Amino acid sequence: MISISPTYLLYYIPLIITISLVFGATRHENTQTILKHAFGTARWITSFMAIIFLVLMAIDWMI
Amino acid sequence: MRRRVKLTYPATFDPTFRVSFPRRSFHNVGLVETPRPNLHKHPLKLNPFPMAKANVIQVDSDQIDLKNRELAAFLAWLLPGAGHFYQGRATKGSLYLVCIMTTWMLGFALGGGHVVYASWQPGDKRWHYLLQAGVGAAALPALIQNKHISDATRNGETEMGYEPMWGGFMAPPHRPVAEEQADEVSAWYADYGAGYEMGTWYTMIAGLMNILVIYDAYSGPLAVPISGRKKKPDSEPPDDEKSSGEESDESETKAKAAEETGEKS
Repeated sequence: MISISPTYLLYYIPLIITISLVFGATRHENTQTILKHAFGTARWITSFMAIIFLVLMAIDWMI
Repeated sequence: MRRRVKLTYPATFDPTFRVSFPRRSFHNVGLVETPRPNLHKHPLKLNPFPMAKANVIQVDSDQIDLKNRELAAFLAWLLPGAGHFYQGRATKGSLYLVCIMTTWMLGFALGGGHVVYASWQPGDKRWHYLLQAGVGAAALPALIQNKHISDATRNGETEMGYEPMWGGFMAPPHRPVAEEQADEVSAWYADYGAGYEMGTWYTMIAGLMNILVIYDAYSGPLAVPISGRKKKPDSEPPDDEKSSGEESDESETKAKAAEETGEKS
């Protein structure tokens, strides 16, 4: 199903945490708002990538 | 007594408007002739610093003093979060410092310390460094190493006696570097595998993130929400507030009218 080892996906975790936090912090000043925004960003990016993953899997299955 | 000036503008848009009213008759725009203002008697009050921006801004109901923006931006580039510490935004400064430097060091470690180097040679144009340099001082040793190896390179080949400084920390590979040959870069790829690639990405992303941080230090948080969702319209104020608002409007109108009559008299 996946051509690489699933452990490679672990590279994603530190990246999504730092990117979301920095992204949220560049848009707000209040800590609570930053965390809320960071959570929303992480969820959005993860969902987007999951959808792309499913689309690619479907294409792979069809071919 | 003050002379009242009334300007009348054409009701519809006329494409020849600017042509038909040359600059010297600017104050005669329209049908009513009006006098030019006496600039000697009433000099124009111009802003001496037209490009200056307000240094104190308000975000999330907090007031932020950006202090010297240019200095803050430079410090933010030099060390992620330093610009924010300078501005007294310690929480965000700490967050930036931890997040960006962690990403940077993690990437550096994944690539065995060889992912950050400066080189612009045939076969090894390291454009990644342009992004990695976004973290500032942490990437500067690569420039010194690049100068060192350039001094020891003749006709694209590194001299035999060349030894990189600091144990090879951020040193470019021995030259020449070519795709079809087994060179030092190939050895690094072989040693660290996917870690070398991921390390390069991590350090580049850290540099890119710091560009956002520099912007934040220079002009404060960006105001545009990422989601693009519109806020729900606020509920209409109750009738009591509405009526009080109308009353206040009426009272303002009355006060203005009273002022005008006073002026006329």
